Amino acid sequence: MAKQLMKGNEAIARAAMLGGLDAFFGYPITPQNEVPEYLSRYMLEEGKVFVQSESEVAAINMVYGAAAAGFRAMTSSSSPGIALKQEGITYLCGSELPCVICSVMRGGPGLGSIQPSQGDYNQATRGGGNGDYHVIVFAPETIQETIDIMKEAFDIADYYRNPVMILVDGLIGQMMESVDLTKPVKKRFLPEKDFATTGTNHHSRRNVVNSLYLESAELEAHNLALKKKYDKVIINDTRYELINMEDPDYVIVAFGTMSRVCRSAIETLAEKKIRVGIIRPISLWPFPNRAFETIDAPHLKGILVVEMNLGQMLTDVIVANNGKYPIGFYGRAGGVVPDPSDVVNAIGHFKDLVVK
Amino acid sequence: MCKAINIRVAGFGGQGVMMTGQLIAYCATHDNMFSLWVPSYGPETRGGTANCSVIVSTKTIASPVFANADVLIAFNLPSLTKYMNMVVDNGIILYNSSMIKDPVIKSGIKAYGIPVNDIAVNLGTIQVSNMAMLGAYMEFSGLFSDQTIEKVLEKFLGEKKAHLLGINKQAIQAGREAMIQVKE
Repeated sequence: MAKQLMKGNEAIARAAMLGGLDAFFGYPITPQNEVPEYLSRYMLEEGKVFVQSESEVAAINMVYGAAAAGFRAMTSSSSPGIALKQEGITYLCGSELPCVICSVMRGGPGLGSIQPSQGDYNQATRGGGNGDYHVIVFAPETIQETIDIMKEAFDIADYYRNPVMILVDGLIGQMMESVDLTKPVKKRFLPEKDFATTGTNHHSRRNVVNSLYLESAELEAHNLALKKKYDKVIINDTRYELINMEDPDYVIVAFGTMSRVCRSAIETLAEKKIRVGIIRPISLWPFPNRAFETIDAPHLKGILVVEMNLGQMLTDVIVANNGKYPIGFYGRAGGVVPDPSDVVNAIGHFKDLVVK
Repeated sequence: MCKAINIRVAGFGGQGVMMTGQLIAYCATHDNMFSLWVPSYGPETRGGTANCSVIVSTKTIASPVFANADVLIAFNLPSLTKYMNMVVDNGIILYNSSMIKDPVIKSGIKAYGIPVNDIAVNLGTIQVSNMAMLGAYMEFSGLFSDQTIEKVLEKFLGEKKAHLLGINKQAIQAGREAMIQVKE
């Protein structure tokens, strides 16, 4: 099919529908407002569920209810709104309910700003909920990749019975780009939703969706089962891209919008005879530690982490690097989006940026 | 076209800045090119300067942001002043000469003044001044055909605003003619 020009937020909404979205629950916040705006029109046209809730907390708990009933449910929000949803997210993980959460990051902390940011890396990958849990987090770099991952997200969520988060910055949400909605995505065999509370007409036993285990042995068994599942995610769904990684002088690690900015920067650097590769994490949890094991670069002077925050993914890179190469950091915050020349300069001043 | 073209469009909120940028992006997508449109969506757009950037390319677009534009389209003086120094050497500026008189442009940059407000008023409505500017840019760049912009406008305006297609096309044509005159 021919390409069309689409706004990031609207593309997220349309791709969610193409991915089988049954019910959306959300509360307005910039810069993700076009997601619910779009769905409020098209979900109703197709006889699906759209609810603008009274709060973010209500929305995530509505997602819990819809997911427990076996429906493909989703919510979307931005930084302070995602903060409010943390309790619901840990309950969804504890009860092993599949759903998709879209997070369009803006500046923080607190109310912050409405400008693009990657300041919620830790919020997404560590979370603010309680207990041993993980959300599967994908950070696409283009609107096309956002669509492709969004279309697959419900399958991944259903496959693992776990929330999946699509994490983009406000720029991806607000910009328009030519995209192809019909690009095929990976299909997987999905288990029956035999946990769903659809009434005893549909299943003989009583289905209870719950995250409360009062017996410690019972809860530990549940924790271990979850751990086994998370290990499976790490093996099967860790995603990353290696760019220009043959014998580089430097390696940049960047995700989302920043990785695109770095793609342009390394072209300029190549003209200056400086070879720079990029490791682009696509899944932020699981973090692609294994990408760092593949680095084979006898001339490598160091790894530069570039983020639109003050050093959050940096922690994961330090762990993955395991002391092997010097690590530098360049980050901008508060809604500032670095342009390629900033990254070119950062490579030029790598020595000054090395993290002690 | 071998290299991506980075375009910055700026003006007052209400001058059709965002629409001009979007139409360039729509036209490029229509002509099977890659295009990307980034709005400035901060609170500074209310009452102040509005701006957006567009990248048009025959190849996949890497960075969605750029420091210096190849082309600056300025609808008012504050925008020209603010962004003039963020144009590449040998870059070009199209400015609204109905509102900007004899601007001082730094050397190495070619600037073309198009009286888009006057063109629009002559056609009966100031609201199509941005379309005159779009026409001038199309003429300068040779990027999009009249058929392309007509198809894009039809879709953009939709059924409700279909009656506005004619006046918009007229403004584009008038902008093209003004560009031809200015170039001579």
